Amino acid sequence: MNFLNLFKVAFRAISSNKFRSFLSMLGIIIGVAAVIIMMAIGQGSKESVRKNISQMGTNVIMIRPGADMRGGVRQDPSSMQTLKQADYEAILKDKKFVTYVSPEVSSSGQAIYGSNNTTASIYGESLDYFDIKQWVVQSGDAFTEEDIKKNAKVCVIGKTIVDELFPDGTDPVGKTIRFKSIPFRVVGVLKSKGYNSWGMDQDNVIIAPYTTVMKRILAQTYFSSINCSAITEELTDEAISELTDILRETHKLKGEADDDFTIRSQQEMMETMSSTMDTITIILVVAAAFSLLVAGIGIMNIMLVSVTERTKEIGLRMSVGARGIDISNQFLIESILISITGGILGVFVGWLGTLACGVVGLPTSIPMWSIFVSFLVCTLIGVGFGYFPARKAANMDPIEAIRYE
Amino acid sequence: MSAPTERKVVIELRDVRRDFQVGEEVVHALRGVSFKIYEGEFVTIQGTSGSGKSTLLNQLGCLDTPTSGEFFLDGTPVRTMSKSARAKLRNRKIGFVFQNYNLLPKTTAVENVELPLMYNSKYNATQRREAAVKALQAVGLGDRLEHKSNQMSGGQMQRVAIARALVNDPAVILADEATGNLDTRTSFEMLVLFQKLHAEGRTIIFVTHNPEIAQYSSRNIFLRDGKVREDTQNPHILSAADALAQLPINQDD
Ligand SMILES: Nc1ncnc2c1ncn2[C@@H]1O[C@H](COP(=O)(O)OP(=O)(O)OP(=O)(O)O)[C@@H](O)[C@H]1O
Ligand SMILES: [Mg+2]
Repeated sequence: MNFLNLFKVAFRAISSNKFRSFLSMLGIIIGVAAVIIMMAIGQGSKESVRKNISQMGTNVIMIRPGADMRGGVRQDPSSMQTLKQADYEAILKDKKFVTYVSPEVSSSGQAIYGSNNTTASIYGESLDYFDIKQWVVQSGDAFTEEDIKKNAKVCVIGKTIVDELFPDGTDPVGKTIRFKSIPFRVVGVLKSKGYNSWGMDQDNVIIAPYTTVMKRILAQTYFSSINCSAITEELTDEAISELTDILRETHKLKGEADDDFTIRSQQEMMETMSSTMDTITIILVVAAAFSLLVAGIGIMNIMLVSVTERTKEIGLRMSVGARGIDISNQFLIESILISITGGILGVFVGWLGTLACGVVGLPTSIPMWSIFVSFLVCTLIGVGFGYFPARKAANMDPIEAIRYE
Repeated sequence: MSAPTERKVVIELRDVRRDFQVGEEVVHALRGVSFKIYEGEFVTIQGTSGSGKSTLLNQLGCLDTPTSGEFFLDGTPVRTMSKSARAKLRNRKIGFVFQNYNLLPKTTAVENVELPLMYNSKYNATQRREAAVKALQAVGLGDRLEHKSNQMSGGQMQRVAIARALVNDPAVILADEATGNLDTRTSFEMLVLFQKLHAEGRTIIFVTHNPEIAQYSSRNIFLRDGKVREDTQNPHILSAADALAQLPINQDD
């Protein structure tokens, strides 16, 4: 029998048992929808994390004091004080693959202007920091090298600080605010960056010369970290080894001695995050895929019922000249039709589900290939689980089949 | 019928045997059957229950193969054929009529009759329908083409089944108790139809329990215990149309 006719016969068989066919499709619909939604959430979260990290600059390199903490071993507090002014100067002097360098110290506390106050973090940085983190000074100016040299009590503030301390709309530039009772003159206002995807307000910052924060607020001689940027994203690895060499030299680490600092690139962080997200996605998708397996067994069950029910019809078809292959094709196409129709509906339901997830705020993005894979899987399920019932039908003895009551 | 040897042989059996293994025992359903059937014959096969009539018909219809012996259908040896080759042979050369009609449920008369042609790639949709309509007209159902099988009487269903057996222009029509489920009147209507087909030159083999029916065919074969007991030509073929006319009209259906 030709394909079109086989298709018609299968279609008629399915539509003459609409409810039953729908029930066996339901498994496929739920399975495919679950797989698509899981993939969409996985992919969406991954993209949002990536976007977030790359917003911070993909060529950013962070140096932290202390050995690599990824092993989870607790460290002596003194080992957290290894980054000093000498390191900063050595990097400035010898850098080739690094463009910008900024030491960082930070502190949290209350900022006050007049009768308004807010909790904020102050970051002590060098001028390079604005380039590393791509901050733009919207009004006024950044502080100067002169200010850094003189431990000047000047700062640049983020939009949230402006909103909190200057709610009446006065221009903050030139005004003096107090942070932990120390007066700082506002020299510039940063262009807003908004929230990052972890829900952190990036504009709730005060940036001041690192010398000022170190000496006037913290009274310490070490940095909490040093931020750098590689010349390009591709040269990150070279930049990291260059920085390692410089720091080992200034820290006088010889031979086998472990680093007393940790260098991590934004890229590396992004990869770690991505692979974590991938693992989670795979677990979710595998769980969803099991429901497809169960759905396939459901289809096999219904096809076996269908074959038994139509034993007489099979006998008749054989007696008028249907070959085994004609009969098995008929049932295979029926099961493929059920599973692919289920697949199409499943993609649709999955798409609706994804939209619903988007509405409640989950980051989602349906990878196109997941739709393609769903169809492939549905066809395979149709063929795989339809094969056994179809063989059973094709191997029937026509004489017995036609006598079957 | 004066000189059957000059006519074409449609079916030739040579010492056909068919054994069934039932547990430990071997059942000999056919124990050496030999005969020739010529084109245009209307043969009835009779015998007691269990004498092997259906088994024989299954051999003739290429649904089963002999344990030993040779069977030629239209000159082709069937015993050594593959399953799918036999399926093709059935499709081209055989028309079956069953006792319980065996129509596809919820399917129109035309579609039922088209069924054998569905498995013949030489026919396209238009040709299929044309042939089916012609066959239905030949059995007197030209006005019931689109009736569904479950909307028809037993007699009408059997007519559809006969049309289905005719549609591929077969070498032989095989009927197993084709009137077994019908009342006397409708049985005679079927016989009228079979006689009409016979008159048109078709070869018919008709298995029956009813000795009366044998009077309307051209040749009678009697089976007993899987062997041919009697094989006689019928010199006085009765007219089923006349018999039908004599039947009392007020019969309950
Ligand atoms: N598939 C089978 N397996 C085992 N034995 C069988 C099989 N088919 C037929 N037989 C046996 O072969 C013998 C002949 O059976 P068959 O059906 O041909 O008889 P029949 O003449 O058609 O009888 P009836 O008039 O009751 O239809 C019987 O003894 C039957 O039990
Ligand atoms: Mg029988």
